[in-house]
Amino acid sequence: MNNHRVYLDNAATTRVKPEVAAAMTPYFTELYGNPSSVHAYGRETRKAVEEQRAKLARALNASPEEIFFTGCGTESDNWAIKGAAARPAKKGRHIITSAVEHHAVLHTCEELGKQGFEVTYLPVTDQGLVQPAALAAAVRPDTTVVSIMMANNEIGTIQPVAELAAIAHEYGALFHTDAVQAVGSIPVDVKALGVDMLSLSAHKFHGPKGIGALFIKKGTRVDTFMHGGAQERGRRAGTENVPYIVGMGEAIGLAAARLEENSKRVRGMRDRLIDGLLDRIPEIRVNGDREQRLPGNVNVSIRYVEGESLLLALDMKGIAASSGSACTSGSLDPSHVLLAIGLPHEIAHGSLRLSLSDENTDAEMDYVLEELPGIVARLREMSPLYADAVAVR
Amino acid sequence: MYTQQVMDHFMNPRNVGEIDGANGVGTVGNAKCGDIMRMFLQVEDGVIKDVKFKTFGCGAAIATSSMATELVKGKTLVEALRLTNKAVAEALGGLPPVKIHCSLLAEQAIKAAVEDYLKKIPGASRTAEEAALVEELERRPVLHEA
Ligand SMILES: Cc1ncc(COP(=O)(O)O)c(C=O)c1O
Ligand code: FES
Repeated sequence: MNNHRVYLDNAATTRVKPEVAAAMTPYFTELYGNPSSVHAYGRETRKAVEEQRAKLARALNASPEEIFFTGCGTESDNWAIKGAAARPAKKGRHIITSAVEHHAVLHTCEELGKQGFEVTYLPVTDQGLVQPAALAAAVRPDTTVVSIMMANNEIGTIQPVAELAAIAHEYGALFHTDAVQAVGSIPVDVKALGVDMLSLSAHKFHGPKGIGALFIKKGTRVDTFMHGGAQERGRRAGTENVPYIVGMGEAIGLAAARLEENSKRVRGMRDRLIDGLLDRIPEIRVNGDREQRLPGNVNVSIRYVEGESLLLALDMKGIAASSGSACTSGSLDPSHVLLAIGLPHEIAHGSLRLSLSDENTDAEMDYVLEELPGIVARLREMSPLYADAVAVR
Repeated sequence: MYTQQVMDHFMNPRNVGEIDGANGVGTVGNAKCGDIMRMFLQVEDGVIKDVKFKTFGCGAAIATSSMATELVKGKTLVEALRLTNKAVAEALGGLPPVKIHCSLLAEQAIKAAVEDYLKKIPGASRTAEEAALVEELERRPVLHEA
């Protein structure tokens, strides 16, 4: 299996499925009309765009008029939060989010903070959960928008979004959820969740990078973010990225058709991997909730070793993973998510994320379980912290 | 992001381990990233006869530790104290800008171990050269962060 490459970084991005790529191809060279044009070329692509919108709406239990195409998940998050915060100026200038959001949400809120909005960052439990009671205590009559992610990209924790949205609504605040990691992986029903806005991104469910969508519930007042032409019913200007919209539609169709089957299988691989690592490696801990967890997320902290060196050693074995370690961050700060769940610096340092998709196999899990313990042992052998810990015992 | 030399020293680090009865040991750490390096020296007649390291840190931290031990092995204490992080990085074919501090850690770890050796010699029995080095280290102290 040594020439094999095992891709376990599906939370970063996924492989575009061949069916998706095939569906996109004609829209570059044959069906290239501008959907706003009146001629046949335009009518063809308009039809395609609206079909995909309907498909996406069906997958989310929304109506097509509630789906707006965007350039990526990050744009959806920016639009939702800035657009909702700006709109009801009379209501107030208070925003609530959580400490474990993706930077697309956190940095957007920080920017609004600089512009005079007051931002509350809700803490999370040691499993990464936002507690409804914490939101109930923080929300105020002048809260304009609450943004809490549906599932965390690092530790996989799934938030009680329906409950949180209901609390926000009691105070007349809008509720946005970043469902970028959730869509295509777990059931996402905007009606059951009761959210006003929801962000998604195609490249997390085997669609292309650089295309996303924002669900905006009918009647929700959200300012326009991208000004220009009359596309997306005047709410998001810019000629529609037709091939990518088609790719996203194809990808959501494939994901929705096999959601239950895939998530069951992926969950099985995930649990085998987690249990196998706990069995084989001493002084290891699982980060995030074991139950309220994305089917494909494995996140562990391995004591006395550093994440980047783990990644490099795994890479030499053909295994692609990721880490929240300070050494991989560029800023030399460990992941804000791992710090928010209360991990001390040195434990966050040894974090490893293995993120699965339906394209992974049991044999690949076995390969990781065979290789990782040896890598950890070798790095620990080199670690002065391990030597000190052993000496104390 | 890393050169082949870095990957080679990461995958096959030279001089990993501890020296039983080392007469100079230095531990340094970077408070920000949290990485830690420990160097062990066996000094005889002013020459580094043997050197080993243990490192908890990134790929560059391990590779620069390894390279630093190679660069000072068999050298005099004076030469070891002249080792710069730049020389370590260059010997590895360069490092990404965010990883320069890792090579600094390697430089400091060597210096801390040399300093430990020198300070253990009672003041009266230091040679003139050793006394000069101690004085120099006192003027430009090694940062002990760990
Ligand atoms: C939770 C979450 N939100 C937002 C994003 C950003 O999405 P995109 O890469 O499409 O901008 C990502 C992925 O990187 C994510 O995991
Ligand atoms: S990242 Fe700090 S020593 Fe390498």
